[in-house]
Amino acid sequence: MTVAAFAFYLFSITAVAAGVFVVTARNPVHSVLWLILAFLSSAGLFVLMGAEFVAMLLIIVYVGAVAVLFLFVVMMLDVDFSELKAEMAKYMPLGLLIGVVLLMEFFMVVGVWHASDAAEGLRAAVTPDVAQVQNTKALGMLLYDKYVFLFMIAGLILLVAMIGAIVLTMRRRKDVKRQNVLAQMWRDPAKAMELMDVKPGQGL
Amino acid sequence: MNPGDFSTALPEVLIAIYAMAALLFGVYSGKDKAASLVLWATAAVFVLVALWIGTSSGSRTAFGGMFIDDAFARFAKVTVLVSAAAVLAIGQDYMSRRDLLRFEYPVLIALAVVGMMIMVSAGDLMALYMGLELQSLALYVVASLRRDNVKSTEAGLKYFVLGALSSGLLLYGASLTYGFAGTTLFSGIITTVHQGDMSMGLLFGLVFLLSGLAFKISAVPFHMWTPDVYEGSPTPVTAFFATAPKVAAMALIARLAEGAFGSAPKDWGQILALLSVASMYLGAVAAIGQKDIKRLMAYSSISHMGFALMGLAAGTAGGVKAMLIYMVIYVTMNVGAFAFILSMEKDGKPVTDIASLRMYSRREPLKALAILVLMFSLAGVPPMVGFFGKFYVLMAAVNAGMAWLAVLGVIASVIGAFYYLRIVYYMYFGEDRAGIDAGTMRPVAWAALMVSAVIMVVGVVNLFGVEALAQAAAGALVH
Repeated sequence: MTVAAFAFYLFSITAVAAGVFVVTARNPVHSVLWLILAFLSSAGLFVLMGAEFVAMLLIIVYVGAVAVLFLFVVMMLDVDFSELKAEMAKYMPLGLLIGVVLLMEFFMVVGVWHASDAAEGLRAAVTPDVAQVQNTKALGMLLYDKYVFLFMIAGLILLVAMIGAIVLTMRRRKDVKRQNVLAQMWRDPAKAMELMDVKPGQGL
Repeated sequence: MNPGDFSTALPEVLIAIYAMAALLFGVYSGKDKAASLVLWATAAVFVLVALWIGTSSGSRTAFGGMFIDDAFARFAKVTVLVSAAAVLAIGQDYMSRRDLLRFEYPVLIALAVVGMMIMVSAGDLMALYMGLELQSLALYVVASLRRDNVKSTEAGLKYFVLGALSSGLLLYGASLTYGFAGTTLFSGIITTVHQGDMSMGLLFGLVFLLSGLAFKISAVPFHMWTPDVYEGSPTPVTAFFATAPKVAAMALIARLAEGAFGSAPKDWGQILALLSVASMYLGAVAAIGQKDIKRLMAYSSISHMGFALMGLAAGTAGGVKAMLIYMVIYVTMNVGAFAFILSMEKDGKPVTDIASLRMYSRREPLKALAILVLMFSLAGVPPMVGFFGKFYVLMAAVNAGMAWLAVLGVIASVIGAFYYLRIVYYMYFGEDRAGIDAGTMRPVAWAALMVSAVIMVVGVVNLFGVEALAQAAAGALVH
């Protein structure tokens, strides 16, 4: 077994096992930690495939930002997960049954699966030749040139998500005092202060 | 990409830019004081863009075939834009009086409309999905706009969870299709699909794709969310759900079926025929027991989607034409019906109970007459335009050799007529209990109701030329 093959099996087994633990872990914080392990193993798989840029993105964005955010949310939320799980156990048998039936059907499909004759060529036609350009550049060409339309729609979708989050959660509270920066800056010492010449023993 | 691509998608780009500008305006002006202004401006922009799209012609593609601008897309876009503008206009008063009118509402509707326009122009599975998500995400938010109301938030959450599930199905189907065809472009997929020997994997992909889309038009058996979401959402939002998104999703199904799988119409035709029969019957039977008019309209829309699907199931150009005509008529009737439902109130509170309509004709004879016309039209009673919508889809089914489907459709239509006629019965017979106040309708809604009712009668003459336009649109789609 070559080193690459060994690394492949190591990363894949770790990724699958970590994925299983994400769902089965009792403590939600542990779930998130397992999720981070799954992300890291997938990043390793990407490196093996020669897609270093995607691998680094996976670590920086998913592990560095998303998973940590998850961790915060899970720790902040006051949700009794064991209660949720008990609720879920009620529907478990039916869900499992449907899952097993679906899985069997998919195995039947895989058995007779064949791709179209033209598929290989069509698939390769989209991407730039990897032997000629670096994979980062190839990715950029796809994302910002060929698929720029989809990239822009993705931006709009994120905008909708942002508006939605604000619409559904932000309330203008009237019972709190807010800082009015402009009023503070426009305050004129001449009008705000008055110098009085107080004589001793008399007061104002 | 070449620089000319964006000019092909200029209407979408303009509306997206408008939405962002309106958002900035709303944020920097006096918050919700600007809401009415933004709403009217949005409606005006929709109408102007619809006029612009309606007068353009030709057939172009952009972004390497991902975006298609042809007669079919333009027909659907104009329908979507005009109906969205009408729904915004009739709902303005309801929203502002119940303190729901925030400037984000028209902005979200505008972004949803951009999503719908991308959907009907999609020439690629990825563009299809992105447009669909842009539309759906905005709709999830407006469904729960009344956030201090349990039913409204429940509607939003239910819509979101089931919508996410349907997106999952859709994506799974898309990946199976890609795995088989090696491309996500419709024009590429169709070259790999051949009638008769469809690969099992591709068939699975097709079924998953259609299931995901059937969620969006609430075709049985993917309809469960519809009554709850319709009932829980604020009524103007319900009116919106019942019109523009349905047109967009139906056009998307047509585009996918004809554009990507058009060389094997038998394979998807039977799936659509099954969805069609199930929707027609469930919609017709389940609506009988409904007492809430919004739930009733939900089942009514399920049933109508069944009829529209019948046109598609035929798999011919005539079928697509019938479907387009049906959707235009359906949207017109719904705008009128919802204009009335929005004005149903008692002592300032909205009423949705059907029984509150008892003897309504005695107090408001003209409006009662308009609703009578609309209900007859929804039921498909012959002199009204609604009958012609049904007639065209039934004809398309018969011409495609699916006489059994047409017979089932006629029976479902007769069953469905019962609950529409019951509303008419309530308005003209029985005891007067003054269930809803008279004279609560604002001029815009009144005009929408009357125009819609008049169209249902006058349109019999020549359907206002929609038939020729639908013919051209169907011709552009089906080769």
